[in-house]
Amino acid sequence: MNGPSIQKPEIEFTDNIRDRNRYGRLWVYIFRFSTIIGIIALATLLFNIINQSSGYVVYEAKGDPAALTLDGVPIEEQTKDQLMRVLSSHLSKGAYSKLDRTKPFAERSRNDVYDLVVERIVKYEVVDSWLLWDSLTRKDEITAAVEEEYPEALLRFDVWINSDFLRRPQSSNPVIAGVRTAVLGSLWTIGITILFAFPLGVMAAIYLTEYAGDSWANRIIQTNINNLAGVPSIIYGILGLAIFVRALEPLTSGTLFGVTDPTSANGRTILSAGLTLGLLVLPLIIINAQEAIRAVPNSLRHAGYGLGATKWQTVWSHVLPNAIPGILTGTILAISRAIGETAPLVVIGASTVIYFDPEGPFSKFTTLPIQIYQWTSRPQDEFRFLAAAAILVLLALLLTLNAVAVLLRNRYSRRY
Amino acid sequence: MEQIALGYPKSRNGLKRRFRVGENAILALLFISGVFSIFTTIGIVYELGKEALLFFRTPNVDLWSFLSGTQWQPHIDKFGILPLFTSTLITSLFAMLIAAPLGMGAAIYLSEYASEKVRGFLKPILEILAGIPTIVYGYFALTFMTPLLRTIFGRDVVEIYNTASAGLVMGILILPMIASMAEDALSAVPNALREAAYGLGGTKLEVALKVVVPAAISGIAAAFIVGISRAIGETMIVAVAAGAGPNFTFNPFKGAETMTGHIVRISGGDLSYDSIDYNSIFAIGLMLFFVTLTLNLISQQVVRRFREVYE
Repeated sequence: MNGPSIQKPEIEFTDNIRDRNRYGRLWVYIFRFSTIIGIIALATLLFNIINQSSGYVVYEAKGDPAALTLDGVPIEEQTKDQLMRVLSSHLSKGAYSKLDRTKPFAERSRNDVYDLVVERIVKYEVVDSWLLWDSLTRKDEITAAVEEEYPEALLRFDVWINSDFLRRPQSSNPVIAGVRTAVLGSLWTIGITILFAFPLGVMAAIYLTEYAGDSWANRIIQTNINNLAGVPSIIYGILGLAIFVRALEPLTSGTLFGVTDPTSANGRTILSAGLTLGLLVLPLIIINAQEAIRAVPNSLRHAGYGLGATKWQTVWSHVLPNAIPGILTGTILAISRAIGETAPLVVIGASTVIYFDPEGPFSKFTTLPIQIYQWTSRPQDEFRFLAAAAILVLLALLLTLNAVAVLLRNRYSRRY
Repeated sequence: MEQIALGYPKSRNGLKRRFRVGENAILALLFISGVFSIFTTIGIVYELGKEALLFFRTPNVDLWSFLSGTQWQPHIDKFGILPLFTSTLITSLFAMLIAAPLGMGAAIYLSEYASEKVRGFLKPILEILAGIPTIVYGYFALTFMTPLLRTIFGRDVVEIYNTASAGLVMGILILPMIASMAEDALSAVPNALREAAYGLGGTKLEVALKVVVPAAISGIAAAFIVGISRAIGETMIVAVAAGAGPNFTFNPFKGAETMTGHIVRISGGDLSYDSIDYNSIFAIGLMLFFVTLTLNLISQQVVRRFREVYE
């Protein structure tokens, strides 16, 4: 009874840890949710594109394909000569010889001529179409509806991305349009971008990491590169328009080299596009290459100097061989950014309609993203489907490039 | 050229450094490559400035009416940038509404909560999301987001081309960028701080929000600013989904052209040199360049000035 009396603490101690933990758990869900949004977005985006890239399509022919049967052979099975006879008998003489002038028939393949027959005489037109999801889940409804509404028409399940799509050039008719011109244009442009930006970027990175001291001039160069990496891509487009397309027109249009281009691209050529994209990715390549070069341990350099090698000999035979996998990885990542770039090329004047393959750096050009942009901006559904198919081609290209980059990194990365 | 000499041992003990022609030629080549990027910047500023000056010299155009005019109608000589600027602001605002909280949440989750395995799965997904070309996002905005908004809010309210749809999709594009930059900042906070906070009885959430986030606030702020700069310069999403034609409106469900969208549309056709349209895109470009450059410089300053340095 007389034991030491326990003094009550003046501040009431409340056990609130349970509430705090509950509160904490609630927030974990919020954090996790915001991360998962990214996955949902990616999944939705892919689903949306795949959904539009195939499905049922109803075609109606303006001309009657059955009437074109020659010697009892339907047009699908005719030879090139037969197809040419069909073509000449159904087209006006002027139209026929115009086709021959743009590209002689002797040079065209059988499939080219077949495409011409379909385009000029049969004239299939899309009258109705469904998305992939609907085509799979409501197949019966669709067939019934088509039989009722368009009894004459041809209902076909079309996968818009197929070998024909990859092989055919662009066309204003969605039924026979393809991406060959655009893919070739992209490859040409990227080729020039690499030739221009890769050596320049690597040399700049070598200078900045190996040679440049900590002077104010070098700090300005470094800050400048970091800032250039953040300049919106469209600004590079404007720069390219002013410099490559306009000021350097004799060079970029090829007149300086005696190239007389009948398409008269006026400097809006593959060369201008490649150089513009080169300027765009140059800072990225420099920054990535610098990181790769910095990762080479100093002991290697010292070993080189110790053996009496000069600065450049050390860089060339010790530093670069060890940094090259990292440099290549960084370059590939920068290049994949350039492949997807659209805005600067629109600004420097990518041609929207080209039906023939680019023949060299002085041709007019179109690229895959430009083609997607152009198809997307059209109101008809068919062009949206084509755009979806072209997007799949573009994504496949980028995925391949990135896979190569990851492989390079895993295969050749060394730890010291 | 002090820095050049650094690589060589200074001549001492009467030993003379040999002049090597090859070495110096290579050095000169490397130096020119290093300086090349300066030329790019000079080129940008010079060309944008020159043509923009021509633009402001034309009659009926002056700087004040350019900055404060609410009408952009080249055919009646009205060049007020506000309609283009407000729609740029609206799309960027929508983008940040999505990207800032979600990117922040994702960064905290990845850095503080996720196990090594989960992070190894989630980070590549975010990287893929960041690597998808913006034209694909434009397509996504037009064929998915816009129909979705139209079903939710009604077809009379939401136009086919609208700034909200473009802004929301832009948010998805910027989200991984903010998440990855903010995560880097959070991961750089030393563990000792976390352990100290646990030792004082903090729960995981309290440690994350009251200790780690404040410690990394400079990096997070920089991530947000770079995100805004990216949103302002973003082009293809707005060119596809936000509509053509300048429109002075604050209604996000109406179509309105942004600064970047306008440049793309005007230059998409065959643009004749020295026309007022040609000069005007340089003026808009100059404004775009300065806004994004300022934001980028601010973000670098924020990192430098307010970074907490730990041992």
